[in-house]
Amino acid sequence: MPRRTALRFLVGTIIGSVASLLYPVLRYLVPPPEAGMSANEALAARIDELKPNSGKTFRFGSRPALLVRLASGEYRSTSAVCTHLGCTVQYKPETSQIWCACHNGCYDLNGKNVSGPPPRALDTYEVNVRGQEIYVIRKQAA
Amino acid sequence: MRILSAKFGWSLLCVVILAPCLLAESAKDTCVDCHAKLEGKLKVIVEQSASSVHGHKGMSCTTCHGGNAETEVKDKAHAAGFRGNISRAQVTELCGSCHADGERMKTFNPSLRTDQLALYHTSVHGKMRDKGDEHVAVCTDCHGAHDILPISDPRSPVHPTNVASTCKQCHADGELMKSYRLASKQFADYSESVHHEAMVVRGDLSAPTCSTCHGSHGAVPPGAASVANVCATCHVMQAQFFNESVHKDAFPEGCATCHGSHKIKSPDDHFVGLAKGAACAECHSADDDPGRAAQAIHDRLTQFEAQIKDTRSLMDRASSAGMDVADAELEIAQAKDALTKARVRVHTASLPRVEAELNAGRTVVLKAHNTAEEALRERTRRRKELLIPMTAFLAVAISLGAYIRELERKPSD
Amino acid sequence: MNATARVQTWIDERLNLEEALSPLREKTVPVHRYSSWYFLGGLTLFLFGVQLLTGVLLLLYYHPSAGEAYESVQNITNRVQFGWLIRSLHSWSANLMVFCAFAHMFSVALARAYRKPRELTWISGVVLLFLVLGFGFSGYLLPWNTRAYFATKVGTEVAGQLPVLGHAMMVFMRGGEDVSGATLTRFFGLHIAILPALTIGMVLAHLMLVQKFGTSVPVSVENEWEEHPERRKEMRFFPNFFLRELLGWYAALGLLIVLAVFFPWELGVKADPFSPAPPGIKPEWYFLAQFQTLKLVPAHILFLDGEVLGILGFGLGGALWLALPFIEVLAGTRRIRWVKVGIIFVMVYLTAMSVIGYVSR
Repeated sequence: MPRRTALRFLVGTIIGSVASLLYPVLRYLVPPPEAGMSANEALAARIDELKPNSGKTFRFGSRPALLVRLASGEYRSTSAVCTHLGCTVQYKPETSQIWCACHNGCYDLNGKNVSGPPPRALDTYEVNVRGQEIYVIRKQAA
Repeated sequence: MRILSAKFGWSLLCVVILAPCLLAESAKDTCVDCHAKLEGKLKVIVEQSASSVHGHKGMSCTTCHGGNAETEVKDKAHAAGFRGNISRAQVTELCGSCHADGERMKTFNPSLRTDQLALYHTSVHGKMRDKGDEHVAVCTDCHGAHDILPISDPRSPVHPTNVASTCKQCHADGELMKSYRLASKQFADYSESVHHEAMVVRGDLSAPTCSTCHGSHGAVPPGAASVANVCATCHVMQAQFFNESVHKDAFPEGCATCHGSHKIKSPDDHFVGLAKGAACAECHSADDDPGRAAQAIHDRLTQFEAQIKDTRSLMDRASSAGMDVADAELEIAQAKDALTKARVRVHTASLPRVEAELNAGRTVVLKAHNTAEEALRERTRRRKELLIPMTAFLAVAISLGAYIRELERKPSD
Repeated sequence: MNATARVQTWIDERLNLEEALSPLREKTVPVHRYSSWYFLGGLTLFLFGVQLLTGVLLLLYYHPSAGEAYESVQNITNRVQFGWLIRSLHSWSANLMVFCAFAHMFSVALARAYRKPRELTWISGVVLLFLVLGFGFSGYLLPWNTRAYFATKVGTEVAGQLPVLGHAMMVFMRGGEDVSGATLTRFFGLHIAILPALTIGMVLAHLMLVQKFGTSVPVSVENEWEEHPERRKEMRFFPNFFLRELLGWYAALGLLIVLAVFFPWELGVKADPFSPAPPGIKPEWYFLAQFQTLKLVPAHILFLDGEVLGILGFGLGGALWLALPFIEVLAGTRRIRWVKVGIIFVMVYLTAMSVIGYVSR
């Protein structure tokens, strides 16, 4: 094969290989749709979703979390994983407490374990109302 | 003369200074002085009584035994209201002389209850002891005598984790129990139970022990229906569903009918249905509708559990191949919640109600399954797409090789 | 004139490129039975280039704070298109680069290419190795997972054992008494700014020195060529040697992509400073030899603390290694064999310790 053709071939295959590398790089440069949503923050609900004195379970990272709207209209949020044996807790409007159906454990609205088996309080989260949306933020360690 | 008076002065000074020490020494506990040196039943271990809850409150031997703790002469020490060895018959009234006296107890610990003696008189132990039985339990049998610790202290024989071992000292004694025509395998049964495992092995102090159901001072064998009330304190939903079901009227013993009283094992899905050893099979068979419903419940539950396991292993495969299945984790947790709810609703004895929970669960499991499958598909896709750059690189390598050969070909060729 | 020629002339008129490039056109590389080892240096440089490129790409999505680092790497690996590829490439290429750097260094040492006049090249090379290890140590923490956290903790603790300056050094490295978000910030700055600047400068110096003195030839080959001048062979750098290098670079890149697809780098579990160190925590393989050595040193030697002695030993070893050209001169021509034995001993020791460290619990 004459040298010039071999060189053309070589340059051609090199350009081809560079293209096959350039494609993933270019795709990479385009940010994914929900960029910026970290596992420390989640959209819990919209502003009209919860009536006063009611609660909602939502997803926070890969665990369930609870958003409670008090009778006063204020919001509170805690982890929904019971500290006893891991069942999912719920809000009980009759007693205004957070309750676990598995062994009748009760927490107050600050997540503190007040009766029954749970040995520890629930983790609490910060609630941030931005316009029509209610965000829940995990408290950061320094 | 002057030296003598100096010496005398110094001695006097010493005596004056040291006298309080001597006096203080004579104020100490001569009971302990003597009895610490004795052997056998009369021996007192100083540290034990000093570190007991009574010791910490400043009480001494004379508080219960009477006598004089300030003299070293035995006869004098054993005078003045000396009670000597407290007999079993005297124990409860002696302890009660303080512990049932509200005014007295207030000065030591106002939040302590003072109804123990009253309760004791209502208990089986108390009633029998009032009839003169010397073998039944009295205060010291459970609480100890000289080394009584508060019940919050894990070394106390009546700390929740130790209660069962304390009761078993009598109640697991076959010979002793036979004389009362009582069974003696309750402790052995309890040791195999899920509550023992929670309390003693896992240290979950909320788990029930003997006193939770039987009472402590007022201990009686609980009546059939009343035990169910105790179970319902923690197992609220199960009790509620059971009470709504057709079984409530059929079984006055409630929970204990199927779950037993002491040997309560963690029920698995084989407990439901018609297989050998299942609770439903005791009364039902495949010939009656409820029996068939029970078997259907069993089948649905085991099927759903198998679905969860299968999805779990799929997720593990994906994650060990380096793919992300975090989304599916939440869904699997929700599916497990649904299974728990379905199992609890077994107590309704209603197939539709169990199925309702399982249907909700199936939706979630399916989502998790799809997430895991998508992850595995992505993995395969990556491996296939690898061929593109590999082919391109191979082409380059071949071209390079050819070009280098071409470059270095000798002109004579 | 065609377009390419016109552009070339335009540039050359202004920048005098011809003059700058002509030495490169004439550059040659000696050809003998050990010539294949010459590829390692360029390969290390190529992998450094891969690191720069993938590193810059990762920089577009990485969040250098304790609260967000792990999640940002998770985002890159799981959500960004081909993020998994860029990230695994970066991690695998790092390891391959360290390996090539060591291999290049040991082949140079065995061939005794550090002899006069190439002492400075050797020194700049050893410094480059330390910079590369610094890259490895600082970069390892950035994903902020458990392994990274505790590896950094142990590593900085070792530095803290040095007498007199140790504690101050450790606090400086950690940005505080403990490994924390402050450490992450420092390591990040080190990894993307300070070390790259130093390394690029050092690489340029190293390359200029190599260009100035040409490629060295092992003593045995040199002697043979003196005896038989007709056997001397040289290859042009451009295009012959370079095209062969290119082949090696493509092979390396291919290997990296295969590794990234079949053995993706793990995310691990997010670091939790409050949980205890997982049992059997080990550093990355290129620090295993030192780690294992420290484990074997007895707790006390005479009145000195064993670990401190071990660390001082490493320092001394590093200094001696750096001064290898001068040691050889001091040793004299009759003790060359001992120098070679010494070099082989170091290689065997490091390899053996790494293997033992890898298999032990």
